[in-house]
Amino acid sequence: MARTGVIICHCGSNIASVVDVERVALAAGQMPGVTYAATNKYTCSISGQDMIKQAIAEHELDRLVIASCTPRMHETTFRKMLTKTSINPYMLEIANIREQCSWVHTDKEKATEKAIDLVHMAVAKVLKDQPLFTSSIPVHKKCLVVGGGIAGIQAALDVAEAGYEVTLVEREPSIGGKMVMLDKTFPTLDCSACISTPKMAEAGAHPNIRLMTSCEISAVTGYIGNFQVTIRQKPRYVNHDTCTGCGLCEEKCPTKVTNLFDQSLSKRKAIYKLFPQAVPAKPVIDSEHCTMLKSGKCGLCSKLCPLGCINFEDQEDFITETFGAIVLATGYDLIDWAKAYPEYGGGKYANVISGLQFERLVNASGPTEGHIQRPGDGAEPKTVVIVKCVGSRDPAKAKAYCSRACCMYAAKHAHQILEKIEGSKVYVFYIDVRTPGKGYEEFYDKTRADGAVYIRGRVSKIYEEGGKLICKGEDTLIGKQVAVEADMVVLETAMEPAHGSTETAATAGVSADKDGWLTEAHPKLRPVETQTAGVYLCGTAQGPKDIPDTVAQASAAAAKVLGLLAKDELETSPMISVVDAPKCSGCGFCEQVCPVKAISMVDVPSMYNGKRVTRTVAQVNSGLCSGCGACSAACRTGCIDLLGFTNKQILEEVDALWQE
Amino acid sequence: MAEKNLSSLSAANAVRIEALADSIGAKLHECYQCGKCTAGCPMAGSMDLMPRQVIRHLQLGLLDEALHSRAPWICATCYTCSARCPHDVPISELMEAVRQQAERAGIRPIRRSHLFTKYFLLPLKWFGKNHELTLTMFYNLASGRVLQHFSYLPAMLKGSKLKIFPARVKNREAVRRLMENCEREAERI
Repeated sequence: MARTGVIICHCGSNIASVVDVERVALAAGQMPGVTYAATNKYTCSISGQDMIKQAIAEHELDRLVIASCTPRMHETTFRKMLTKTSINPYMLEIANIREQCSWVHTDKEKATEKAIDLVHMAVAKVLKDQPLFTSSIPVHKKCLVVGGGIAGIQAALDVAEAGYEVTLVEREPSIGGKMVMLDKTFPTLDCSACISTPKMAEAGAHPNIRLMTSCEISAVTGYIGNFQVTIRQKPRYVNHDTCTGCGLCEEKCPTKVTNLFDQSLSKRKAIYKLFPQAVPAKPVIDSEHCTMLKSGKCGLCSKLCPLGCINFEDQEDFITETFGAIVLATGYDLIDWAKAYPEYGGGKYANVISGLQFERLVNASGPTEGHIQRPGDGAEPKTVVIVKCVGSRDPAKAKAYCSRACCMYAAKHAHQILEKIEGSKVYVFYIDVRTPGKGYEEFYDKTRADGAVYIRGRVSKIYEEGGKLICKGEDTLIGKQVAVEADMVVLETAMEPAHGSTETAATAGVSADKDGWLTEAHPKLRPVETQTAGVYLCGTAQGPKDIPDTVAQASAAAAKVLGLLAKDELETSPMISVVDAPKCSGCGFCEQVCPVKAISMVDVPSMYNGKRVTRTVAQVNSGLCSGCGACSAACRTGCIDLLGFTNKQILEEVDALWQE
Repeated sequence: MAEKNLSSLSAANAVRIEALADSIGAKLHECYQCGKCTAGCPMAGSMDLMPRQVIRHLQLGLLDEALHSRAPWICATCYTCSARCPHDVPISELMEAVRQQAERAGIRPIRRSHLFTKYFLLPLKWFGKNHELTLTMFYNLASGRVLQHFSYLPAMLKGSKLKIFPARVKNREAVRRLMENCEREAERI
């Protein structure tokens, strides 16, 4: 026979002023299975807890109902208290008679009756409670960072500095990402390469960081603290263990290819380093363009290499390692504006360029060594039009969202043109100017003082006439059509998630929004966590943002990783799903609805009419299960139960409500 | 209205606008077109361009449009705009500068408004203080509309809004010298 204790809390006057707590206690004392019922002024206080402990010992109670505030408030408090008694912490039910009763009702009589009902339900449920026990899982103290841009580098450095091992995976042949392509950074105008290459070098040389460039994530299994990650090493055709990066191969390679790092503004060789300051500072062969790999002719690099590092037989390799935490820093790409905007020439005018192309043009290590020369003929443009929101805030043609960094780098571009080209004129077409950052509005003010003319309105059309690019727009502030004859046009295009990033994230069980940006666990309060425990995100993978925000978020993600890796083992909640395998029909519906990929279908041996057969049934990974209960609700045969909230317990509660 | 080709405006145009702004210490780029000047302007209802738009035309280099606007002549120089501007743009002074520039160029968006300005100064020079009746008489004669607003006269005299005789000023000679200095300075410009 169960021996249930029921405590009705006054919560000062919070409950007692509306609910007649003494009457509730009296009614509870009459309920089946209840041995002891009493009230308490402040149950959560030390004296309140002592009173419960005393009652448990005195009345030999084996389960407990506390009618008080919401379980979100003090369930953990009371569970903790129960660990010091003879009762299992999970043999506890909380009847919420504050938020769901006294705070929302004024009629004392009815509120008291409702409180009695709530207690009745809790008593019915507690009678079906089973002792549950937490288990612990070990934490593998190693972190995987996916993406070697400034976000990934910062997160990797922060974790490595704290003394944990980090593997930094980057699909390009060098880390650095987009930031290293940029010339200067707003609003301080410090050189982007000068502040990012030292970080790259630091990451490359850090004893706790293992760089894996030309690598991609191909599979992730396991759960928080124990992810098994398969990493695909793409063939590099150069042995990086022996290569010294002398550069002879690159110098002599006869094949010239469009240089995508320079945004197609220059050529590179088929064996190449991504850029001069690449980390690792060693070349790889571009298998798509190398004539030796394509047709078996050439092989010049192999003949010239003094150390014999070239290996045309190189194959892709798969490496599986265990990590305790994963950080996704997969970054962004710019949209392909040419497809979306035929009215801007659709790419047919060489002198209509993207913002990133401008960055390369103005960059001292770019194709023009920092001289702003228009791609069409190499002439210095005297009149430049900058168009903002190309693809951003344009749901009809591209993206509905604001790309957030463009207002500021457009101002920076205007400033750079006015500074570098004497007598130049810059017209900036804008819809709004958004400068929400430290020193940003001041920078915008300064750009206007420099002479940039801001014109409020989108450019409607760009066409070539007499060697000039005619940009037609409206200045909505005076309500008149305007036109500018420009020598060059810079389009500040929208950011979009880096190609393949949503697939990579899905591998790690992280979902993306409709635009492909990775979804955080909570947009305000858990901004760097994901719905999958142990997987974190940072930088533009989560949404468009500038460098300061990216770096801040990267360090935030690192802090979360450190909080996890600092633990030797994790206590898991015992309130997870269990499958009654003999009843499971193997339909797999639970697998589909599980938001954390904790359910998989497995084949188990079984007996059928005296014969050995194999049946497919659902299996729950206890490390991954978050206890949401979606599978239990979805299960057609009712074979999945959420411990602590079993179907039986819920039905007992409902029954109790209708019993007199 | 025909579209404005911003890049084909002459360099001389830009120099004139810069000189105009410099003459009153205004930095036109500082105006970010918030419209607070227009919002508080008691005369905006009668203007063809809002005060904000006058500045906007100058920012874009559209000087002619600003000079042909009636707005600077309707401006009452009450300084509400200047007092409230978040970027301290001296808008009242700017309106005055535009009026002067227009007058020099012989542009008169409102046919007689320059006459008012001219005869406003006469009684000031003579009496050391404005005398509305003198001003009205001269303005009406010069503008050829002699009996304009005549019907208001009895009520305004009765209510002491107009005085028959000019007020006595202690040192009217000093004011006259001041005015003459100003006139010489204006001619020099």
